[in-house]
Amino acid sequence: MNSIKIKGLTAIVSGLLVIGCGKRDGGEGDGQTTNIQNKGSDTMLQLAQAWSEMYAKKNPDVRVAVSGGGSGTGIAGIINGVVDIANCSRAMKPGEAEKAKEAHGVEASQFIMGLDCLAVYVHKDNPLEKITIEQLGQIFGEDGTITKWSQLGVDPPEGKDEIVRLSRQSNSGTYVYFKETVIPEGKSFKPGSLDMHGSKEVVELTAKTPGAIGYSGMGYATDEVKMLLVAKKDGEKAFAPNNENALSGDYPIARPLFMYTLGKPKPHVKAYLDWCLSPEGQKVVEATGYVPAPKK
Amino acid sequence: MELQRTKWKAFYEGLIEWIIRICGISAVIFVFAIFIFVFWEGKGLLFSENFSVWELLTSEKWDPTHEPASFGAARIILGTFSVAILAMTIAVPFSLGGAIFISEFCGTRLKEILKVVIELLAAIPSVVWGFIGLTIMSILIRDLGSTTGLSVLNGAIILALMSMPIILSISEDALNAVPDSYREAAIGLGVTRWQMVYRVLLPGAKKGLLAAVLLGMGRVVGETMAVLMATGHALNNPFDSTFPFFHALTEVKTLTATIASEMGEVERGGDHWQVLFLIGVLLFTITFIVNMTAHFVVHGVKRK
Repeated sequence: MNSIKIKGLTAIVSGLLVIGCGKRDGGEGDGQTTNIQNKGSDTMLQLAQAWSEMYAKKNPDVRVAVSGGGSGTGIAGIINGVVDIANCSRAMKPGEAEKAKEAHGVEASQFIMGLDCLAVYVHKDNPLEKITIEQLGQIFGEDGTITKWSQLGVDPPEGKDEIVRLSRQSNSGTYVYFKETVIPEGKSFKPGSLDMHGSKEVVELTAKTPGAIGYSGMGYATDEVKMLLVAKKDGEKAFAPNNENALSGDYPIARPLFMYTLGKPKPHVKAYLDWCLSPEGQKVVEATGYVPAPKK
Repeated sequence: MELQRTKWKAFYEGLIEWIIRICGISAVIFVFAIFIFVFWEGKGLLFSENFSVWELLTSEKWDPTHEPASFGAARIILGTFSVAILAMTIAVPFSLGGAIFISEFCGTRLKEILKVVIELLAAIPSVVWGFIGLTIMSILIRDLGSTTGLSVLNGAIILALMSMPIILSISEDALNAVPDSYREAAIGLGVTRWQMVYRVLLPGAKKGLLAAVLLGMGRVVGETMAVLMATGHALNNPFDSTFPFFHALTEVKTLTATIASEMGEVERGGDHWQVLFLIGVLLFTITFIVNMTAHFVVHGVKRK
């Protein structure tokens, strides 16, 4: 709650700052400073900020104001026409796309900016090394049959055989992606998982709970937890979560990170997006713990 | 000159009176404005065909982002009540005992120290309480047989500690408000101190004590951050048909935590967004019922 408040406050403050700046040095057509409003996913916040800072150094006349608040908040900004670029760690929903079209008569354009490789975390003392998508589906999915560590052929950690499932709140981009990829179609999550409020919280609780299993971006790994190798099917080779495996498509749970603009991006916005996708911009992606976007 | 001054005075008086009147009414206006706003945001879903209030209150399936979505908050409601009731069970005896001790049994010096310390307890922010629940309490509770330590019990203990300063200080005021003549009369009749507390002070301060407990209850039901961190936020029903019917070591979700955790990334204006506002309406209704009950109980006491 408090973090939401702080984020909200940051958004308001940065918004005010931008308005202030616009009045001071924006001017009518004097071409001094151009502002780009960039808002959305908390997963992408660090990345977007790093981009904005780098870009400001190279182009002092363009200011990219970045704020978080969640994927939904960014899309809402596009619909209300107050945001130039929305960061989104899930694809736009049909309902949202419709609303944007209704409000402005143009469709939103989608850009894939990089990949987020989701890792499956267990406690560092857990002897399990690899897991299949199917097993994950049976653990996390509705009516799934796997509830005990012994069913995976592992001695119960600290004598507690029950698998503690750590998940995310139901509208986080991470949750939605994990559900689409891992849970059998038409099913939902098994109720009773601990729905954590952030990627970092999942990893932290996994580190403290010997019987836990959870999922989060690979950038959140610490020494206290172990990342499992993941195989698509039983009998197939299992792959570790890393850049090569995500790019080659061998690692099965890596999701795209999107940016959306309303209609075709304006020239200065397009220049920014092109720079983010350039080799220089993609280096930032790697530095912040994500995987560069696949080349077209 | 004389006349002018009185005119000015009358105007001045009238102005002040109006300002005070507006201050008095503003609380009512705010409450209604908030209720109407929250209700307005959720009304689209409330009156739509594929939604029923009955389902929201009784269905155990909460899956707002699935296709088709199911909005059943029964488990969340049970989670809220289980945490609140257990918290009150822990907090009320301790707070009332503490209030009786501070107002009747301890010396002036100790009284001052205790009151300051209790006020300090009230000043701790709820994130800090949540953090204590997440890190310290969870390890202690894990030894009782829980896998994560995050549970109804954890949340209830934290909430009990948070509501105790409120209940305690208001109860103490209520006990102090009992006239000394009652005490003197009781002691004059030769009763022990305990008999005096039990037979004279508690009945005398009944109204204030009830108000204290209900204010504490309000804090417990409405608290968000600490319960979000301490209860584990999992969709479980802590009640079932096997002995002992209530399992204090299960992880649960509460109404407040659900709103806080899901609001951030939700599609604005969508069904999920609206159902979260309806949960807000539900919370509002619960506190309203608690307060109305208090009002009627107190009135009943008064009439006697």
